[in-house]
Amino acid sequence: MYSQGLIGADTTTEETEEFLAAFQARIDREEKIEPNDPMPAAYRKTLIRQIGQHAHSEIVGMLPEGNWITRAPSLRRKLALLAKVQDEGGHGLYLYSAAETLGVSREQMTEELLAGKAKYSSIFNYPTPTWADIGAIGWLVDGAAIMNQVPLCRCSFGPYARAMVRICREESFHQRQGYELMMTLAKGTPEQKEMAQDALNRWWWPSLMMFGPSDSDSSHSDQSMKWKIKRFSNDELRQKFVDATVPQAELIGLTMPDPDLRWNEAKNGGQGGYDFGAIDWDEFWRVVKGGGPMNRDRIAARQKAWDDGAWVRDAALAHAEKRRARAASATLEAAE
Amino acid sequence: MSTQHMPLWEVFIRPRNGLHHKHVGSIHAPDDEMALQAARDVYTRREEGNSIWVVRSNDIVASDPDKAAENFDPAGEKVYRHPSFYDIPDEVGHM
Ligand SMILES: [Fe+2]
Ligand SMILES: [Fe+2]
Repeated sequence: MYSQGLIGADTTTEETEEFLAAFQARIDREEKIEPNDPMPAAYRKTLIRQIGQHAHSEIVGMLPEGNWITRAPSLRRKLALLAKVQDEGGHGLYLYSAAETLGVSREQMTEELLAGKAKYSSIFNYPTPTWADIGAIGWLVDGAAIMNQVPLCRCSFGPYARAMVRICREESFHQRQGYELMMTLAKGTPEQKEMAQDALNRWWWPSLMMFGPSDSDSSHSDQSMKWKIKRFSNDELRQKFVDATVPQAELIGLTMPDPDLRWNEAKNGGQGGYDFGAIDWDEFWRVVKGGGPMNRDRIAARQKAWDDGAWVRDAALAHAEKRRARAASATLEAAE
Repeated sequence: MSTQHMPLWEVFIRPRNGLHHKHVGSIHAPDDEMALQAARDVYTRREEGNSIWVVRSNDIVASDPDKAAENFDPAGEKVYRHPSFYDIPDEVGHM
């Protein structure tokens, strides 16, 4: 009791006005909230949803890249890709364990993902038809994820913040190996360069969508900022990502697929920044709601992994039970 | 879906000799042996430590968070437990 094993525990709190004010005051003082602390039901629910979605994204995110492990063009690239995909699996597990401290079970989260009730990042519903997609994912998708995740290291909920610190430490290699891969292709034969440009063309806009709807259309944003779960708005983070990434493309001779992209001196309070074209939000919502090119495949792959693993989980539990029983009867015999 | 929940374990890692084991997170595993293996795979991919402890979450005995004030606040009043409470001449130097 009172450790982090809160699964199934009674977590209700009486939410008087004084309680809510005191809770907000703790947040405003930058105090961290830990699993056993009283918290508003909506704070708990928001975090379970967000951390769960984040965990699912890491796990589903293994699929598009996993697609290329057997076909990596060199041992060096294969080692990097294997290590990266394994890291993403680890990230999913750190995050599931953080979500579980809020009282939700792993089984429940898995069930919601497989039933299509829990979301994951829309970016993983795009296919990876060429090797250059592996470069584009590392550079852009992990790059966008880093932009999102660095401020989450200061999230008000302790277990989430700590998981994010571990994750951020591991992400930088993901982005660098992707950028290096793109750079190598861009410096290669005309066909290789074209392959890199084609991947950039397909991944750029979906990467911008990773930051979520515009601030004017984002339903959860305000309250999450007040609770210091989020520190920057979707549009602020998206702008930072564009400003950081455009020069990286120029440096390796690739072109962003956006005719409206241009430097604007007046942006970011006079520091300058890039204006960019309109995002196709219809596409975003279509993909989030299950209409992306790979939504069905991704869930089918997760379902298959879960089903195929059932006998392993059952056997492992049975084996553990047998060992326990044997150890118990050995102690009994020794006592006789 | 398996009806039985896979047990939850808390993971502690010692970064190197000379330091304490420190809580790093949790994992699910059917038994102690597999818990250690899973903890190694999940939490030590980059030389994070040289020793792992795993303990069933249910076996941890923890203080009641509602009694945090009565348990821990009294120490705050015991200023005489700190060196700065005692006045000694500056000439003594570091003590
Ligand atoms: Fe990740
Ligand atoms: Fe990553």
